[in-house]
Amino acid sequence: MDWTLFFVVTTFALYIGIAIWAKAGSTDDFYVAGHDVHPTVNGMATAADWMSAASFLSMAGLIAFLGYGGSVYLMGWTGGYVLLAVLLAPFLREFGKFTVPDFVGDRYYSDAARLIAVICALFVSFTYIAGQMKGVGVAFSSFLGVDFNLGILIGMGIVFVYATFGGMKGVTYTQVAQYCVLIFAYTVPAIFISLMITGTPIPQLGFIGNAVGTDVSMIEKLNTTLTGLGFAEYTSTNKSMIDVFAITGALMFGTAGLPHVIIRFFTVSSAKAARVSAGWALVFIAALYLTAPAVGAFARINFIDTVNEATYIADDAEYEAEAAAITADGGKPVPTWYKTWEKTNLLAFDDKNGDGIMQYRGPNSPDGIENEVNPNRDIFVLANPQIAGLPNWVIGLVVAGGLAAALSTAAGLLMVISSAVSHDLCRRTFFKDMDDKTELLVARGAAAGAVVAAGLLGIFAGQLGFVAQVVAFAFGLAAASLFPIIFLGIFWKRMNKEGAIVTMVFGLVSTFAYIYYFKFGGGTPDQYLFGVSPEGIGFIFMWVAGALGIATALVTAPPPLDIQDLVEDIRVPGTRQPHGLADEGMAPMPAE
Amino acid sequence: MSNKSEIDTKGYWRATVRLTVSLLAIWFVASYGAGILFREWLDQFSIGGAPLGFWFAQQGAILVFLALIVTYCISMNRLEKKYGVKG
Repeated sequence: MDWTLFFVVTTFALYIGIAIWAKAGSTDDFYVAGHDVHPTVNGMATAADWMSAASFLSMAGLIAFLGYGGSVYLMGWTGGYVLLAVLLAPFLREFGKFTVPDFVGDRYYSDAARLIAVICALFVSFTYIAGQMKGVGVAFSSFLGVDFNLGILIGMGIVFVYATFGGMKGVTYTQVAQYCVLIFAYTVPAIFISLMITGTPIPQLGFIGNAVGTDVSMIEKLNTTLTGLGFAEYTSTNKSMIDVFAITGALMFGTAGLPHVIIRFFTVSSAKAARVSAGWALVFIAALYLTAPAVGAFARINFIDTVNEATYIADDAEYEAEAAAITADGGKPVPTWYKTWEKTNLLAFDDKNGDGIMQYRGPNSPDGIENEVNPNRDIFVLANPQIAGLPNWVIGLVVAGGLAAALSTAAGLLMVISSAVSHDLCRRTFFKDMDDKTELLVARGAAAGAVVAAGLLGIFAGQLGFVAQVVAFAFGLAAASLFPIIFLGIFWKRMNKEGAIVTMVFGLVSTFAYIYYFKFGGGTPDQYLFGVSPEGIGFIFMWVAGALGIATALVTAPPPLDIQDLVEDIRVPGTRQPHGLADEGMAPMPAE
Repeated sequence: MSNKSEIDTKGYWRATVRLTVSLLAIWFVASYGAGILFREWLDQFSIGGAPLGFWFAQQGAILVFLALIVTYCISMNRLEKKYGVKG
């Protein structure tokens, strides 16, 4: 475990060093890193911002268990970048301010709209950040023997330093470093697992290749093995087509509407740079997302090959002698990686038939034997290095990678929270004559307060264990409330204040109520609207909210001419001009 | 700052919207189409050792997304040059 400590301390020192180097001197620096981040650098920072502890640790394992059903995450969490690139990012950059509520409040000439957008942004960001903080706590408590709550405090301390000093500037450059750490930590074990299972060093290609030493494809082998044990085929799903469709949609539109992703595109220098940057972001994200389905499938095969029908050894001290004896008898001993990870409670063996052999079976077990092995899905990414027989330091690297993924996302979310408070609430709504210096001070204070709030939320969430449930909220709400009004605000000049408020309120309330009812209110799946689960409902309500907003806009007065001119300006790069009252407090335009 | 009156902003915007709609049509077909709606039909074909529909849902759609953003950047640069927009 010394290697783990080494990597964690080294990477944390690196993040702090970058933060000191990138100190923010103005609100421009603090909110948007001075509007001059290079598109490639921003792409990399966006990738780290976007890929959370869930992408890094849980996604491959989820896919390993869900098979085809896991595709909703793969398509959903990447397809949103196409929407961002062509529908939102370049236009929001041309609009040229700091935050998502900035756009909503100005475009819809209404402080009420701005406030509702602030509520959406805060709600989405807080639900999301709780999961990151919990991930940090888990990483510390499982690998470094540090108490869960103390782990969260350490993580908070690090983010506190670079978010309050550096603001967006500090966050951007630490995210670049964090991307490098996390992608390296993800790829190295994947290459070795791919060599083991398919004989090719490129996991993305191994996914469609043959199982090593055979002329049967890896996926066909997995299907045969799984059905032989009573599981469904890997290439099938138990979800209905409409549910898969809706969940993919909610994740895609939700991704495009997430404030912490959108604000990253305010940091580049122009609309053109925003487009290019979205492309780079997807390149860096795809580096992990094209590997994840391969890691998932390989891990499932490997798990079955090594664990199923293995003879369990209870006594750790006798492990080597007993394993040798079992092998000599022509049996298969429980693998060493299993014994190591058993201690973390991520794996459990329950010898139901008392024969000392670990039987892994699905719900339709063909030989009538009950399943005895229950793995937690996070185990697959975590145990990969050991499964592949890699040295101990690689495990340390994976832990540092998981922390990098969690901290980079947490920092991006903190920027949304602090700017929503200091900029949207204080400067733009309640204290309009605040000067830049005071605002910067308030922004730092808000960032510090947000770190503390997020940490407490993480500790609270860790105790209640509701994190998995609330992530559905973040995507559903972003898809149903923020995405449609930003999109309509750019592409439909006639969209007005009344329409925007109706869309946001309907999207927020309906999605929240639906998810709450089925996650906490005792709703059962047979009551699903059109058979759509809470994870996918944001997609359905997005269309309803948009339609209601359009209808409302058509029966109320069109937006003022100033606003219509503003919309025309942001559609054509380089023509943006200040527009009267709506642009009060407008940020300086980028240098020509 | 470019002078707006010198640019055919309406033409530029129409061309932008046309490009956006065609790219989103491909986006829809590659993900919701190939990966979900026509997946079972596509699974009769295969790419390497993977059924084609399944592959689209797990890897293919992502590759198409990448190609779409690259195409968008290149086409928008062309449009901007054609209409004299600063970009």
